[in-house]
Amino acid sequence: MEQPIISVQDATKIYGGGFLSTSKPFVALDRFSLDIYESQAKIVTIAGESGSGKTTLANLVLGFILPSSGKIMYKGQDVSTMTREQRRIYRKEVQAIFQDPYEVYNPFYRVSHIFNMVVRHFNLAQNKNEAQQLIEDALNVVGLRGSEILEKYPHQLSGGQRQRIMVARAYMLRPRLIVADEPVSAVDASLRAMILDIMLKLRDRHHISFLYITHDLSTAYQISDKMYVLFQGTTVERGNAGKIIENPRHPYVQELIDSIPVPDPKMKWNTNITLPPEEVMRMKSSVGCRFYPRCAKHMDICTRAFPEYTQVEEDHEVACYLYQ
Amino acid sequence: MASDQKVLEVNDLNVHYFTPRGAVIAANAVNLYVKEGEIVGLVGESGCGKTTVAMSILQMVSAPGRIVGGEIKIEGQNIVNLPEKELRKIRWRKLALIPQGAMNSLNPVIKIREQMEDGITAHEKVRGVALRDKVFKLLNDVGLPERVYNMFPHELSGGMKQRVCIAMAVALNPVIIIADEPTSALDVVVQRVVAQTLLDVKTRLGVSMIMIGHDMGLQAQMVDRVAVMYAGNLVEVGPVGSIFEHPYHPYTRLLIDAIPSTKQKKSLKVTEGLTHDLRNPPRGCCFQFRCPFVRDACREKPPAFKQMAPDHFVACVQY
Repeated sequence: MEQPIISVQDATKIYGGGFLSTSKPFVALDRFSLDIYESQAKIVTIAGESGSGKTTLANLVLGFILPSSGKIMYKGQDVSTMTREQRRIYRKEVQAIFQDPYEVYNPFYRVSHIFNMVVRHFNLAQNKNEAQQLIEDALNVVGLRGSEILEKYPHQLSGGQRQRIMVARAYMLRPRLIVADEPVSAVDASLRAMILDIMLKLRDRHHISFLYITHDLSTAYQISDKMYVLFQGTTVERGNAGKIIENPRHPYVQELIDSIPVPDPKMKWNTNITLPPEEVMRMKSSVGCRFYPRCAKHMDICTRAFPEYTQVEEDHEVACYLYQ
Repeated sequence: MASDQKVLEVNDLNVHYFTPRGAVIAANAVNLYVKEGEIVGLVGESGCGKTTVAMSILQMVSAPGRIVGGEIKIEGQNIVNLPEKELRKIRWRKLALIPQGAMNSLNPVIKIREQMEDGITAHEKVRGVALRDKVFKLLNDVGLPERVYNMFPHELSGGMKQRVCIAMAVALNPVIIIADEPTSALDVVVQRVVAQTLLDVKTRLGVSMIMIGHDMGLQAQMVDRVAVMYAGNLVEVGPVGSIFEHPYHPYTRLLIDAIPSTKQKKSLKVTEGLTHDLRNPPRGCCFQFRCPFVRDACREKPPAFKQMAPDHFVACVQY
């Protein structure tokens, strides 16, 4: 069996609730597992609303935070016990793209600084020419030309250009995995297509896998292979992205997909949904199904323990008592 | 439903932002009207002038921007260049705003109660119990529990804060509400709840609305008519059904095609080309640099509006 490049094994992240803390511990991510293999580059979507633990997972995979329990393995090596050299390679091969293309730039530096810094830090090139070539190549992959943008300042660039530059910077390191945290939610519709298209290109031509973190199920449907839907830290449905979106099983995922506005004035929403009051939305206990207070189909059994995953079809699993 | 009474008319509005390197034309000869009880959607990408038009209607364009021409009529009264004292009477009374990122527009150190009462007492002589009851009723109207009355903004979720803003906007029964991307920062389920609240309030009060946004899907669900803006120019206006059935302008088509679907996988449409520098627009059509159907005629003079269907107008030389 091939070793996965990244393997998240039962990762749990709990904030607060320490020895002297008066507040209750907050489970941001609950027993999450995921494997991505190098031989088949994939776009894996982590979907969920705010507070679902998406970004916690991204931070775990990027090594910014350590899990409270469980493990993050990079090529068989636990991220928390890496040697300096191993960590350097890990930092190079796992790259990130963030949500806001306006905030990731230092406004005082020209664009070239971002690239030069990366080249220097990771010793990517022996001399200036080589470095120049490397940067140019990376920019071409995202459809930009060095002469057009390298000498500019961030404020002179459009949002789409900035986001593409971030992709180029990540690509330059020839990563195996790019963690893309909401890369398209701050850009316009036409730019969105461009960036998603680049992601597909990197997957197909350069075999780079993506951990695509988003709240937008429709873009996830368009580009991703696998999908995990999170709700308050728990994975409620997982498997093939197409199967989940075409045929969602968990009541939460059904509600989510039903709430995406249909771009057809003839098909208006005909039902109203109501959310319960805030205090019951976030469950006090961390046992049982987290969706219980909002679920129209809830049963007594739902509060006792978190449901086991049931396979409803090939490559499609759901954690809900309705299917057991 | 919508009557034929026009409550808001924007005629030939021109707004420029004066910068050291020339004036940025943020709104160029924009004509728009809103009928009583109607929701008009104003769509376009960021930087196309949607918010500028909205701010002009409120007479809140701030320096270096200035309205250089045109008129804005509310119930027949032109409010451009009205003295500040007169404007203060109109704002909130007749014209209400649900600001962009409304969740961050509440004052974090003042209770919801005081923030809501402030607007009401500035315009109406309601005090004491009557005032409290009015606030309760408003909160109730947008589906919020009464305990919100004594809470601070940070105690509420994004969707609740957004609904507080809606409650504040309808507090004085305005003639028209301008909602600037009212749901843009919300999760999809919460977005739907807030959208429902807005529609519900609109139907109950018969208020007119301008809904600014870039999400065509949401527009399809909510508005009666759509106005599409590109680089400061209005390019197409029409009833929502007609626009989605037959988008005439290439830019409108692009906006509709760019909505990712959850029903079928389609290849992503990538458009090349950048919007021109708004300081010196090209001669002719504003969309010529990105239009896939551009021809010589487009580069000569700006296309005039042509009626394609009842109430459906487009500015494109193709027709």
